[in-house]
Amino acid sequence: MEHVTQHSDPHFDQEASKLGMWLFIFTELLLFGGLFIVYSIYRFLNPESFQLASHELNPVIGAINTIILLVSSMTIAMSTSALQKKNKGLTVLLLEITIMLALIFLINKYFEWGVKFEHGIWPGSSHLVNDMSKGEILFFGLYFVMTGLHALHIIVGMIIIIVALRRVQKGTVNPDRPSLLENAGLYWHLVDLIWIFLFPLFYLIH
Amino acid sequence: MEKEKHHIVPYKVYFFILLALITLTFMSIGITQINLGGYSVLGALIFSTIKSVLVLTWFMHLKFDQPFLRFMVGFVALVFLAVIFITFLDYYFR
Repeated sequence: MEHVTQHSDPHFDQEASKLGMWLFIFTELLLFGGLFIVYSIYRFLNPESFQLASHELNPVIGAINTIILLVSSMTIAMSTSALQKKNKGLTVLLLEITIMLALIFLINKYFEWGVKFEHGIWPGSSHLVNDMSKGEILFFGLYFVMTGLHALHIIVGMIIIIVALRRVQKGTVNPDRPSLLENAGLYWHLVDLIWIFLFPLFYLIH
Repeated sequence: MEKEKHHIVPYKVYFFILLALITLTFMSIGITQINLGGYSVLGALIFSTIKSVLVLTWFMHLKFDQPFLRFMVGFVALVFLAVIFITFLDYYFR
């Protein structure tokens, strides 16, 4: 009896999917890069207002969020190692920790923005428009746009990590096909990378 | 392609990188507390750059990837720096 094996060989190229992810990351870097250039020019033109406005931000919360993101970057990096070591349980656990840390980051951000709103500061608020200098308006505008866009990336990153987590559990992401998890990791490190620059530029102006 | 073995980074390497990143974070907070005038932002940016190199090299695996990826990342960084440089040339000499 002839043994029939159905051989399916979908094209799969790990290097290519990594390269594609990097190309996407470059577009993200240039998106935020453009905003950083806008920030640096306006700060250059309004140094005193930027300094004054940044006192409204709480560097302690900023530092806590920095550490949260750094730890979450470590846990997702470790999860790729755990997957390669065929330790599925640890991979899942590390991804769950990463998602929890991302959530804590967002909760901090929620309270942080909430304090600004309580102080009457949000884009276009009457306190901002009527009582503050042009430089301060620019500072807070950039603050809300850049941290908001960053927070949006956190949310998207969480969704990607949740998908990767599900796929790890189902086994479609496995040591032979780790690309989705690795690319989720790359995306998450990008989010971390952007925050590494956002934190000193907004919170640490003295 | 098949012969390329995936490099598995030990957990403790990631942990040490995290410790370095947290230390650098506190150093950048420290340097901005000292009054250095215009140099404090420069100091903070230098620490941020060191941190991002650590993230890119270890967390994002560039150390173990093919050299062309490192080359591309470096190229994008250079393009970005060039754009900043040219923009500031414009504003500085207006």
